[in-house]
Amino acid sequence: MFDFSIVTGWLDSLLNSFMPVWLTTVVECVLIGVVLLLAYALLALFYIYFERKLCGAFQCRLGPNRVGPFGLLQSFADMFKILIKELIPINNIDKFLFMLAPYLVIVASFAAFAVLPWGNGLQIIDFNIGIFFLTAVSSIGVLGILLAGWSSNNKFTLIGALRSGAQMVSYELSIGLSIMTIVLLSGTMSVSGLVEGQKDLWFIFQGHIPAIIAFIIYMIAGTAETNRGPFDLPEAESELTAGYHTEYSGLHFGLFYLAEYLNLFIVSGVATLLFFGGWMPLHIPGWEGFNAVMDCIPSVIWFLAKAIFLSSIIIWFKWTFPRLRIDQLLAFEWKYLLPINLFNLVLMLLVVAFGWHF
Amino acid sequence: MELSIFGIESTSTALVAVLTGVALVVLGLSLAALIGPRSFAPQKGEAYECGIPTRGESMVQFKVGYYLFAILFLMFDVETVFLFPWAVVAKGMGADSILAVGVFLFVLILGLAYAWRKGALQWK
Repeated sequence: MFDFSIVTGWLDSLLNSFMPVWLTTVVECVLIGVVLLLAYALLALFYIYFERKLCGAFQCRLGPNRVGPFGLLQSFADMFKILIKELIPINNIDKFLFMLAPYLVIVASFAAFAVLPWGNGLQIIDFNIGIFFLTAVSSIGVLGILLAGWSSNNKFTLIGALRSGAQMVSYELSIGLSIMTIVLLSGTMSVSGLVEGQKDLWFIFQGHIPAIIAFIIYMIAGTAETNRGPFDLPEAESELTAGYHTEYSGLHFGLFYLAEYLNLFIVSGVATLLFFGGWMPLHIPGWEGFNAVMDCIPSVIWFLAKAIFLSSIIIWFKWTFPRLRIDQLLAFEWKYLLPINLFNLVLMLLVVAFGWHF
Repeated sequence: MELSIFGIESTSTALVAVLTGVALVVLGLSLAALIGPRSFAPQKGEAYECGIPTRGESMVQFKVGYYLFAILFLMFDVETVFLFPWAVVAKGMGADSILAVGVFLFVLILGLAYAWRKGALQWK
């Protein structure tokens, strides 16, 4: 397995050879920021293209195919188009909160984005409470959405924001409990520790039944958390125009759109981290040759491939299930997912306590 | 000390991530404001609701149900915060820890059952 810390260590010593230590740190921080920004923007553009293409395939259409080969430049064209749109000033809004909302949404997704295990030695934020930090920052996004809806001074946005708030806080519980089930199994909250714990076998195989239940619940709750698929009623086009971002125009809207697609990636990235080993290749204990072949594939590709596969499942949900009503949605969380999740936590506790895991 | 990439402390890299987010919004919005067109019309600033001027307050009353769910969420979220530290160390602990957490979870489930019984989960 190629260790990226060789590259970063070499770069670090190279910079240190002709710069004072503080300047090296600053340069490295700027480098991290630029790489993060590029990865964020490129992934969002890729995801917009990928989703449109996949949705086309689900509906027996072609999807975007005019701009560039296979329509690959379509999302770039969309990006430039949204950049040259006017930012329309709206009367009677709470200006400060209106401007603040996109910041909160983007910053929350950026902080969560940086926690993900990108590859061997490419861990940008590595707290010993990493996964807890991730749940904490991702809940800031809800605040941004609530502010956006409330400050727009519009009935549609208010209803959209309230629905979104109720939905996201409710499903956050399920996400938290699913994460806790895996933390119980692994005994660590640090992202690198979680990845390290899956060296021989991924957690979904280690924890068998409770881990699979936790995974299914996580995927459902993750879909709801990103306001997608059957749970997209905060922005149900047919009833609320565009939900909480109705009043936003041009790039203001574009930022919400960006964060939404990145949240899709973050949710599937966290699922990858918790259940499918982060950047760890598929290892089966005892199969030495097989493990050696799997090690040949770079860790970054493993992570991205697993995350994109999981997000295509989430995209698939959207075209399979009809949209729920708000009462059905909340009842589903509080009457089914939450009790099942608590039960599952106890099950995992028993599995761990009696050593029934692999 | 939790070192991350380049051996920088994680608190600094977290700060870098947050600042990058802020930078994206600032740069994007200022670029859009710079190259975007501008035109003025009195109707443009109106709230987008149905095409005719908006009537009444926009901060309308909303269902109290949302509030109930928020309160319930608060209870369970605090519970999550309490359980996380236990979950980390639970592996090495014996039967006592299972019993203690069992009692804690039982009280919580009792709370959920009470709210359920009282009809807080019912959308009326």
